[in-house]
Amino acid sequence: MFDNLSDRLNKVFRDLRGHGKLSEKNIQDALKEVRMALLEADVNFKVVKDFIAAVQEKAVGREVAVSLSPGQQVIKIVHDELVKLLGGQAEPLELGGKGPAIIMMVGLQGSGKTTSSGKLAKLLTKQGRRPYLVPADVYRPAAIEQLTVLGNNLDIPVHPSKVDQDPVTIAKNAVLVAEKSNYDTLLIDTAGRLHVDENLMAELQNIKAAVKPAEILFVADAMTGQDAVTVAEKFNEDLDITGVLLSKMEGDARGGAALSIKKVTRRPIKFVGVGEELDALEVFHPDRVASRILGMGDILSLIEKAEEVVDKKKADKLAKKIRKDAFTMEDFLDQIQQIKKMGSLEQIMGMIPGLNRMKQMQNMPKPDEKELGKVEAVIRSMTADERRKHQIITASRRQRIARGSGTSVQDVNKVIKSYTEMLKMMKKMKGKSTGMGKVMGGKKRRKRPKGLMR
Amino acid sequence: MLGWFKKKIARPASDEEVSPPDQQEEAVVGEPGPEEAKSILHEDVGVLFKRLTKGLAKTRGGFIKRVDELFLGKKVIDPELLDDLEEILITADLGVETTMDLVDDARDRVSRNELADPQALKAILKERITDFLLSSDRPAELVMPTEGPFVIMVVGVNGVGKTTTIGKIAHKFANAGQRVLLVAGDTFRAAAVEQLKIWGERVNAPVIAQATGADPSSVVFDGMEYALKRRYDVVIIDTAGRLHTKVNLMEELKKIKRVIGKKLSDAPHEIMLVIDATTGQNGISQAREFGKAVDITGLTLTKLDGTAKGGIVVNICREFDIPIRFIGVGEQVEDLRDFEPEEFVEALFAEESDS
Ligand SMILES: Nc1nc2c(ncn2[C@@H]2O[C@H](COP(=O)(O)OP(=O)(O)OP(=O)(O)O)[C@@H](O)[C@H]2O)c(=O)[nH]1
Ligand SMILES: [Mg+2]
Repeated sequence: MFDNLSDRLNKVFRDLRGHGKLSEKNIQDALKEVRMALLEADVNFKVVKDFIAAVQEKAVGREVAVSLSPGQQVIKIVHDELVKLLGGQAEPLELGGKGPAIIMMVGLQGSGKTTSSGKLAKLLTKQGRRPYLVPADVYRPAAIEQLTVLGNNLDIPVHPSKVDQDPVTIAKNAVLVAEKSNYDTLLIDTAGRLHVDENLMAELQNIKAAVKPAEILFVADAMTGQDAVTVAEKFNEDLDITGVLLSKMEGDARGGAALSIKKVTRRPIKFVGVGEELDALEVFHPDRVASRILGMGDILSLIEKAEEVVDKKKADKLAKKIRKDAFTMEDFLDQIQQIKKMGSLEQIMGMIPGLNRMKQMQNMPKPDEKELGKVEAVIRSMTADERRKHQIITASRRQRIARGSGTSVQDVNKVIKSYTEMLKMMKKMKGKSTGMGKVMGGKKRRKRPKGLMR
Repeated sequence: MLGWFKKKIARPASDEEVSPPDQQEEAVVGEPGPEEAKSILHEDVGVLFKRLTKGLAKTRGGFIKRVDELFLGKKVIDPELLDDLEEILITADLGVETTMDLVDDARDRVSRNELADPQALKAILKERITDFLLSSDRPAELVMPTEGPFVIMVVGVNGVGKTTTIGKIAHKFANAGQRVLLVAGDTFRAAAVEQLKIWGERVNAPVIAQATGADPSSVVFDGMEYALKRRYDVVIIDTAGRLHTKVNLMEELKKIKRVIGKKLSDAPHEIMLVIDATTGQNGISQAREFGKAVDITGLTLTKLDGTAKGGIVVNICREFDIPIRFIGVGEQVEDLRDFEPEEFVEALFAEESDS
């Protein structure tokens, strides 16, 4: 693997920092690096080509914003374009009006259809719907059992499909059962198949014709490589899919397939799967995935969040605070809240310079959202003084905070420790730089703060 | 690799207290002798080959446009040709680094006037890629024990085809006259045990299993004990799919391996990582992390019957020195083939076209 994109762009722009317009030449050099990053992230070759051409056009002649280095400026343009391409914002399921709504799950073998069916059923139940799980994979050994077990665990009814039945018949019968039993949403889990298997693709078309699904979700593995375009294109061509579910996103795959699939199908990515448990399903956030594809949470998240969520002033203030050692517990809380808004804790880690590398992220135990909530609760139970000057938080104060936040003293200690580790790191960085750009684009690998490792 | 299946381990007839064969084992009686096994194998290869050419042809109503065409139409190696080459390699999932290595090397040779003929370039490329693949080649016979059961543990991320591959491998061994035991080490995924049991029925191999939710190490312990007592030739252990980034699950894998080793030193003899041909650059990460946890000794590349070229294995071989044992070319029991580097490289360069 190469260095991360921000490091590489910094190299490209070494001689041109903080002033002027982006010239055609530096854009070209920079985009060469961007191209590499996208290809490494498994974005399809042709998709990358088109994308780079489009960005090139947009970037030339742009003023470099004062607060950004040229490298960051390019990343920002690239990132914005990526987000736009990925779909701007999350799109919900369209389940339509009368009669039971039907969702059909399709995709290659092993992409995660069955587990995702279970997850969606659970989500729908939470939303007050009455889902009916319909196993229609009569080919893979024990596929029907698999969905049946999931349904039983979730307490969601499962259609009694049999392996000697025709999947089209199964689907039709299931609709009848649903109508009788007042189930309002059917989730049809079809067998995994290759897009080049014309017979099995025809089977899907027949199911579609027979039950007229409101949604046909194409389930794709986040680890998919270049072939994602071929597969997605064919499924879309044959079935006119309505959306995409990207599975296994909790790993360390850069997820370039998301971009490829979106580009060739022009269908929204609606969900991402982030674990084997049945509640590990999230709504798709284009901005998160864009950063991830670029392999850089750091600068982007800070710039993006600074500009969009917090507004620029606040970001400047934050940068200044970092410089002046005035990063308080309050700011820490602020950061955490932003992260919660954006999603996972990985993101906050990604924001810390030096932590953004996939290599380092790999082995890191993934802290869960519960932990985040705890951190938030702890800081909220501190007084304003305590938040500004953590040194005054004595043992008895810690006990009070623990009681107030419903956590333990250990939890409180942990939060204070994470915060002080973060302070320490910021101090280290400060020595080396002046502008915010430099602060964020740390070149050396730094140890991650222990507290954040949980 | 065929060596795996040719070998029929001769057993002393005077086994002390071998318990009476259970129901499932009875199904195994009338095993073919070594000669018979060979001929089955032979026939098998013929069938397999047909299936592969069918599988690897993967036309969708079109025809295969070989990269040869790309090279054929050209008299000289120009930048355009190198660009096209880059596209072919990247699109086959070889990754930026390997691709750039290959293309830059070609460019250098051209500029040093060592190379002008497109045909020669093609030959050099194929040779270099084949070399990457061969550099990690290690005969499977080396990992096989001289006596006692040959224990294979199969690992990989979710949904790559572990269980199916186990069914196929078991079939091959059984056809070669070996007694195979399957162990249902995936106690996590719903109906994973049932899935393996169905494969066990298909290939006539008993399956040692416990209920879903049981400790996989405990199942594996039972399986090893059973295999040793009843003198099975081959033990294949299924494990739950897991992402290589999950620390606790990788620990679980280490523990399973330790338990096997305690029951039989030197086992598992083969730890096979299954990689899905559609996988992109994340395959590197998979090989690295699984390797770190349990020392992978062989790879199987599945789903080559689709349009994905599986080029990621070139990277993996180059970086980690793991030999590729098999390729999966379908969902049926016979859809497993020995890996042939030359043939694989040929297929990397085959381009399909709709026209
Ligand atoms: N086309 C094709 N499909 C395959 C191949 N190998 C496996 N499959 C299919 O891929 C799907 C997943 O295979 P499994 O064997 O269940 O994969 P696994 O790795 O055991 O999955 P988990 O245990 O759930 O992690 C099944 O539908 C298989 O039939 C192959 O070589 N080609
Ligand atoms: Mg399995």
